[in-house]
Amino acid sequence: MDCCFMQALLFLWNRYNRVPKMKTMINIHQEIDALLQGTEKRFAYMDHAATTYTDSRVVEAMMPYFEKKFGNPGGFYDLGKVAKDAVEGAREVVAGVLNCSADEVIFTSGGTESDNLAIFGVARRYADRGKHIITSVIEHHAVEAPCKQLQKEGFDVTFLSVDEHGRVNPDDVKAALRDDTILVSVMMANNEIGTLQPIAEIGEILKDHKAFFHTDACQAAGALSLDVDKLGVDLMTINGSKIYGPKGVGALYRRKGLRLKPMMYGGFQERGIRPGTENVPGIIGFAKALEIADSGRGAEAERLTELRDYMIDEIQKAIPKTKLNGHATDRLPNNVNITFMDIEGESLLLFLNELGIYAATGSACSSESLDPSHVIVATGVPYECAHGSIRFSLGRKTTREDVDYVLDVLPKIVEILRKISPLNMDPNTLESNLQS
Amino acid sequence: MSLPMASNSGTGWMYTDLVKDHFFRPRNLLQSLPEDNDFDGYGEVGSPACGDVMRVWIKISDDGKKITDCKWQTFGCASAIAATSMMSTIVLENGGMPIDEAMEITPQMITKRLGGLPNRKIHCSVLGDQALKKAIEDYKSRK
Repeated sequence: MDCCFMQALLFLWNRYNRVPKMKTMINIHQEIDALLQGTEKRFAYMDHAATTYTDSRVVEAMMPYFEKKFGNPGGFYDLGKVAKDAVEGAREVVAGVLNCSADEVIFTSGGTESDNLAIFGVARRYADRGKHIITSVIEHHAVEAPCKQLQKEGFDVTFLSVDEHGRVNPDDVKAALRDDTILVSVMMANNEIGTLQPIAEIGEILKDHKAFFHTDACQAAGALSLDVDKLGVDLMTINGSKIYGPKGVGALYRRKGLRLKPMMYGGFQERGIRPGTENVPGIIGFAKALEIADSGRGAEAERLTELRDYMIDEIQKAIPKTKLNGHATDRLPNNVNITFMDIEGESLLLFLNELGIYAATGSACSSESLDPSHVIVATGVPYECAHGSIRFSLGRKTTREDVDYVLDVLPKIVEILRKISPLNMDPNTLESNLQS
Repeated sequence: MSLPMASNSGTGWMYTDLVKDHFFRPRNLLQSLPEDNDFDGYGEVGSPACGDVMRVWIKISDDGKKITDCKWQTFGCASAIAATSMMSTIVLENGGMPIDEAMEITPQMITKRLGGLPNRKIHCSVLGDQALKKAIEDYKSRK
């Protein structure tokens, strides 16, 4: 009898002790269903750094050049002249924004082509002056890959490292300069973590050196002044698809006197530097988009900066164990890039996608190469910080309500994925341990 | 000439409905850390830096032949989570898989049961079978 009683007590004791444990075992399916089915979904596009929709004013400006004013600008008749005048008008508009003269603007097929043309164009034209190029470890692949190709072709390339915020130190540029340096290429603002680079300072250093200075300003257009003289750059890449313009069109600014070796040969368009019949509607649309973006720059940058800081603050308040990637203030007005420790970015994106939110990650899992973001890794954090990073890039139509919607669902998603993950990163040392 | 095409194109990032189902309804997920004697075998595989870590816990029948429970945790992308979930499903169906059969589970079997995965995902995200093998070996070493 006693024994029986003891056993019953033991049973109850065990059960009692299990209660807290059972309580933590809330059904994860219910939790996920509550989030996915119980949320009133909203369309929240937050990947403007990848590409933007085309502004309706831009589309309107382009329309006549498809069906009516379709002539080849090289045609010797009125229809050709109409197209030619439109292209030259667009060139004037771009030149106005860049504070350069129209003949310094070369229209291209976009950022990648402009970067390639700048780098290969200088390297191949001026190889007799030297074969040294300076760039940084956080450049876009469209700069990084041409530089790596040039290494294979016998050029010496210095890849400058960055600080914890992803910033190039102008003193490092100065120290890396050599007599045989022919080109320095540093982006104006980073596409992943939004860090603004000290372009004007580097330009100042390069004033006394023969090396040409190229900057990729694809992300900066519409956010920062693109005055090429104030920045001290000789070459600048800009494109349409990030500034509410059409895709597949961009420009390269090339300072007068700088000679580029073309990458393609053909007709005399774009002074023979970039032959091929002009993409007339694209060029018209691109110029219009740049004009709109630049004229509204101050007010829009201010609005976005406020929204950006609100989003960053609220995410960090609501979710434990996060890390802001990039610089707190010297960053693009629309860039929010945050690492959520212990989870992987692609799985987070899939939840966001399910809820109508479109963002990007630096995780290897979403890249074709299976390498995590080289930019986030370059800031000196472990690979898993890159795997767990999400970039929200805000835009012209992003509202406070959109941000609030993300702020509502994001903590729940992170909590779910952390329940699935075995990791437990130390937020101070960023060392990953397994839960124990 | 017709080019060979896989049933799942294997190139895009898009997942099959079954992959999404296992991702959004993970089966047999470990919901709280177990005590030492709650399970008979434990295995882990992968590394945080590579972006995938799986842990697997198993219970073995009294006669030492069948896996009667299989729980897991995964750090990784959607296909890694879905693949571990599917692995645990395969192990537990039909009253539990004999341990020597479980030792033979391959990433291809798991991928096939998921209705395919994008090609580049298979190598890195289907690691659950390795964690399972380690758990079985752990069980054997404990005996």
